[in-house]
Amino acid sequence: MPKTLANYFDELRQTRVWCSVFRSGSGTSTLHRSLAIQQNVFLHLFSTKVRKRMMSFSATWYLGTLTFGTFLILVLTGVLLMLYYHPSVPQAYADTKDLQFVVSSGMFLRNLHRWSAHAMVFLVFAHMFKVFYRGAYRPPREFNWVIGVVLLLITLLLSYTGYLLPWDQLAFWAITVGSNIALAVPLLGQKIHFLLLGGNAVNANALLRFYVLHCVTLPLAAVVLIAVHFWRIRKDGGLYVHQSEPARAKAATDSATAQVEIPKPEAK
Amino acid sequence: MDKDFVAGVDSNAKKSPRRVAFITRRTSAAVRVTDEEQVQTYPELLFRVAVALEILCIALVITALLFNAPLEGLADPSHTPNPAKAPWYFLGLQELLHYFPPVVAGVLAPGLVVMALFVIPYFNINIEAEGLFLKDRKRRLTILATVAIALTVFLLIFDVYVAIPGTLIIAALMAIAGYSSPQSPSSLQRYLAAKPLSFWIMTWFLIELVVLTAVGTFFRGPGWAWAWPWQGY
Repeated sequence: MPKTLANYFDELRQTRVWCSVFRSGSGTSTLHRSLAIQQNVFLHLFSTKVRKRMMSFSATWYLGTLTFGTFLILVLTGVLLMLYYHPSVPQAYADTKDLQFVVSSGMFLRNLHRWSAHAMVFLVFAHMFKVFYRGAYRPPREFNWVIGVVLLLITLLLSYTGYLLPWDQLAFWAITVGSNIALAVPLLGQKIHFLLLGGNAVNANALLRFYVLHCVTLPLAAVVLIAVHFWRIRKDGGLYVHQSEPARAKAATDSATAQVEIPKPEAK
Repeated sequence: MDKDFVAGVDSNAKKSPRRVAFITRRTSAAVRVTDEEQVQTYPELLFRVAVALEILCIALVITALLFNAPLEGLADPSHTPNPAKAPWYFLGLQELLHYFPPVVAGVLAPGLVVMALFVIPYFNINIEAEGLFLKDRKRRLTILATVAIALTVFLLIFDVYVAIPGTLIIAALMAIAGYSSPQSPSSLQRYLAAKPLSFWIMTWFLIELVVLTAVGTFFRGPGWAWAWPWQGY
């Protein structure tokens, strides 16, 4: 029998090195496949089994998955962009220009980062509305919805802080318009505005502040909350399907349904 | 044949095991199965996730190859562009700032929206999610008419004409829902009749969010005056 690629892969999975890396072993049984999820530090956030219906496209449109995908692209391209960028005035603008005209594929890198950022903002909104219309915020998932709203705000802040970094006219005035809204807060407006910008107007301090928020603070907060968000899906019983809810949560909506059906006795 | 067994309508073998249904010979109790078919996350789900992410990557890479990110001249604090626009997802807010004082449009409105989003799952009315007009129909229709008229007048007073069509469409759909029931002949009526209050508020919010953002993005020029998309502001 000729060896196929699958055979080679199976052989690879029997090797001592492979077995030392992947704790779940090499079998294809249901147990091994469960262990592949459960014994992996990243994948163990997910449940080992999912309801088949929830994998259909119409159930979720994969909006959460896609949002996370844009986040991964943004982290990857963002780290590469950081290699070419100094958060200082006016060097930031020169660096952005260099990305366009000097750095190999720099233009592509910046384009991918920017369009992915727009896509992430759009997808995170779409995800929220889809979850709402499915009613998936119902108990015991309340808190995961709250985490989701926080992640929406973090996404907006990530995008907003990144908007300033090219230090061009578009960036400068968009942030000026946006940050002026803070001035409208009663009593504390001036203070909040100053805290946000590190000054009374958008300047070099504001650029540094936004850079730190954009590259360190907000991404770290996002990573932590995304992990909790995923983990809570498993802990709250998987993706929401109304028909599969435990009796307690279900009782509220169809309280009169009998759980035990007794068929009619056969006619004698 | 006489009934020779007793079963409470709310008997639930899982929830309250002490309740007993007496089953005579030749009959058996079928517990309705609430668990549905499950599959292994690996490989079934992870494979689909990988496909979804690949499609996303391809779409974004093609976009990045075809369209360049904008880059204007060096930031110049002494030269204000007209109009100066925020990022697109804040243009709905900026559009509101055009109509209302900053403390209302910039602080109160977004603050209340965020608060409302946070508390959605903590209200039983949103958990039960019963059709808005299935109970107490007459009174609720009166309230609907009052709120719709008041809101429209409010929007007229502040010249927020762009938000009026969405408001009237939702009000009209709600009125249709009010005159429908789960027994209505048309499926659209049955669909609308089953919709709870939260659905109507959220849908109204979604429509106005899209309209205000689109107007701010495509229809505003110098001095935030009305402009057409092809004028390119």
